[in-house]
Amino acid sequence: MGPEVDDPTTSAAAAPPERPAPTARVGAVGSAGSALRSLLRTREASIVGVLVASVLGASLMVDGFATGRNAGFLILDVTAIALIALPMTLVIITGEIDLSVASTLGLTSAVMGQLWVAGLPLEAIVPLCVLLGSALGALNGLLVTVAGLPSLAVTIGSMAMYRGLAYVVLGDRAVADFPFSWTGGATARLPGTDVPWIALLIAVLAVVFGILLHATPVGRSLYAIGSNDEATRFSGISVRWTKLWLFVVSGTVAAGAGVFWTLQYGSARADNAFGLELSVVAAVLLGGVSIFGGRGALVGVLAGVLLLGTIRNALMLADVSSDVLDIVTGLLLVVSVVLPTTLARVRERRPRPAPPS
Amino acid sequence: MDRHPPPAPPLLSLAGVSKSFGTVHALQDVSLELRAGEIHALCGENGAGKSTLVKVIAGVHRPDTGHVEVGGRPTAFGAPADAQRAGVAVIYQEPTLFPDLSVAENIFMGRQPLRRGRRIDRRAMREAAEGLFARLGVHIDPDRPARGLSIADQQLVEIAKAMSFDAHVLVMDEPTAALSGVEVERLFAVARSLRDGGAAVLFISHRFDEVFQLCDRVTVMRDGGYVSTDPVAELTVDDLVHRMVGREVSALFPKQEVAPGETVLEVEGLGRAGVFADVGFSVRAGEIVALAGLVGAGRSEVVRAVFGVDRHESGTVRVAGTTLPNGRPAAAMAAGVALVPEDRRQQGLVMEMSIERNATLTRRWSLSRLGLLRRRDEQRAAAAWAERLQLKAGRLSDAVTTLSGGNQQKVVLAKWLATEPQLLIVDEPTRGIDVGTKAEVHRLLSELAGRGIAVLMVSSELPEVLGMADRVLVMHEGRITAELARGEATEESVMYAATGQEGRAA
Repeated sequence: MGPEVDDPTTSAAAAPPERPAPTARVGAVGSAGSALRSLLRTREASIVGVLVASVLGASLMVDGFATGRNAGFLILDVTAIALIALPMTLVIITGEIDLSVASTLGLTSAVMGQLWVAGLPLEAIVPLCVLLGSALGALNGLLVTVAGLPSLAVTIGSMAMYRGLAYVVLGDRAVADFPFSWTGGATARLPGTDVPWIALLIAVLAVVFGILLHATPVGRSLYAIGSNDEATRFSGISVRWTKLWLFVVSGTVAAGAGVFWTLQYGSARADNAFGLELSVVAAVLLGGVSIFGGRGALVGVLAGVLLLGTIRNALMLADVSSDVLDIVTGLLLVVSVVLPTTLARVRERRPRPAPPS
Repeated sequence: MDRHPPPAPPLLSLAGVSKSFGTVHALQDVSLELRAGEIHALCGENGAGKSTLVKVIAGVHRPDTGHVEVGGRPTAFGAPADAQRAGVAVIYQEPTLFPDLSVAENIFMGRQPLRRGRRIDRRAMREAAEGLFARLGVHIDPDRPARGLSIADQQLVEIAKAMSFDAHVLVMDEPTAALSGVEVERLFAVARSLRDGGAAVLFISHRFDEVFQLCDRVTVMRDGGYVSTDPVAELTVDDLVHRMVGREVSALFPKQEVAPGETVLEVEGLGRAGVFADVGFSVRAGEIVALAGLVGAGRSEVVRAVFGVDRHESGTVRVAGTTLPNGRPAAAMAAGVALVPEDRRQQGLVMEMSIERNATLTRRWSLSRLGLLRRRDEQRAAAAWAERLQLKAGRLSDAVTTLSGGNQQKVVLAKWLATEPQLLIVDEPTRGIDVGTKAEVHRLLSELAGRGIAVLMVSSELPEVLGMADRVLVMHEGRITAELARGEATEESVMYAATGQEGRAA
């Protein structure tokens, strides 16, 4: 094939296609036709498409999927993933990762149980637990930014450490005598519907994170950090400070999810949400966020969370064993990492740019 | 070893070699002959094309026109391995050895002697390495890891490696830049023994005393073109300097005369161990001050410390009377400092982001309303600057990678000028951009100074320095060695100070 053929948009330059637009078109009113077309070509659009297809497929093929009751359960099922995925999206866009979130959740849950046993009121326990999460996140952040260690290594370490601490705090006991007003309240539905109230909170937080990421100066700097942190530093943006705060937010939200998890299942245990970090990362990457940083949008992540939830929920209704569910989650994670890289490579190979210097 | 009789063809020659990168002509019709048994010096200013020439010889770049001949036969090096097979070896200023492998393993990387079962014959390898070092007359333990070797020793390992595949053409690219006096002497002894063994050595150096002490002939390059080749004995330092710089300061530099105003930048006793020391100077409003010197003299490091991207260990930086905190670019920006960095692609731009996002990256906050950025405001701001700087771009929402080097530089300039700085620092503002855009950038800088902005310019291009600057500060090995007023600054006086030849009038 010659160097300049077919589509003028793909042959425009050596720049990998599909890259320029997807970052933050969301919500902005573009200039009609061309904006719409490039919007449809983004990964976010394809993941939403896949989500719609899976929901339709599951409704047709799986008995009991397409009911309001089941939808309510599905949402409760993905609540922790959805909450943690919001800050995780920002973390991954800056080119870092936080694998300690599920352990933070577990440690929070264990501490919550122990404090309840010690006789503190839940009104005091909940804020203390959330603060604990901020501290755990801050520790991650300090190790990454001040000590300059790679977040992958740091958070694998704290993943083991926080989970270990959870066992130190609570052992293998379970604390399950939380008052019903709290546990029942956690899973309460919005009046007159099957929708749990937590869905509303997720929606509000999603809007807040979406605006932060896509429409504020801070969000802009996150993409810049993920693409080229040196140029970002040269632009007067404090890369370290930004990353430190992201880890704090990540820990805080994970702790909040831990509080909710404990009330939702009415049980504080050290092994709560074991392995959940994989589902969170899978959902974020599935939603089109680049594991290398610099690219992604929040709508894609929300679609990724729902897609993961839909697939797991449909398989569970179809009586598939939980081992298989884990395999499916892992497979989705691998596919979501491999697919975009492979596609990019295939596209790069097609139009051959000028010979290398 | 076989000695070539005098009329033998040169070991390596370049005939009419040209090489362009985009619109930049790095080499134009350059010819060079390396004879057996000679040490040949290659001299020229920064940007004269020496590095490109070395890369052509090393097989890294393929010439656009002309060819490389080895032993009288034209060859085409497609890759560095071809050059190595033809007996050409390049010793770089800072060798890249595998730090965790032993010295012997580094020498025989990829060509290890084997014994039965395709296992590496360690003893044979060590003995061969010892033999090479004996021939070089140096003592390096072949079994020690390469990590921790001095740069001088690393170069010797590279030379031993070159000898192990019988290289008879050795290119040394500024080998002495990081060596001490004793180490230089030892390297010279090795170079002389290689020459006496019938090899040809191409020696690149900025230090004239070394050229005169070591070399037999010298070739001078300027602006990518060939100037002359002479026996060293027939030249003086002054001849050499003249040939390196001799050219007219062209009309490329539309300098406006401005009466300088208040002092904007004051730097005092700035230092960082091993990089720069005791740097002090000031820049006044409306003034263009150039920081000249050779590559590696510490100029970029100084301006980076001024802007706060790097920390400094001693000294102070004051802008309009207030001292800037150490290592805080955001504070420098708030004080009205802007830095257009040296490396456009790595430091100046986020290449994956769009033109408009790059152009507005420095003023995300001032463009936002109630903390929210509106796409339309960003587009409008970017478009205004694109028009002012006559940016040639398709759509501003395209990635900056789609632009030419000159237009990318305009985006960097837009990004910083939009912050309305009172001190603009530009590091190599016209590196790698075409002549037309160069003139535009020069006009822009001149115009900015005319409007009362203080401009501090790092440049390796002497014509640019002399054409644009009101004052020239010359750095050599981390220190300011001369401060020349516009009237005093000539290519010669700057070159003398930049090469550390103090106390000589031009």
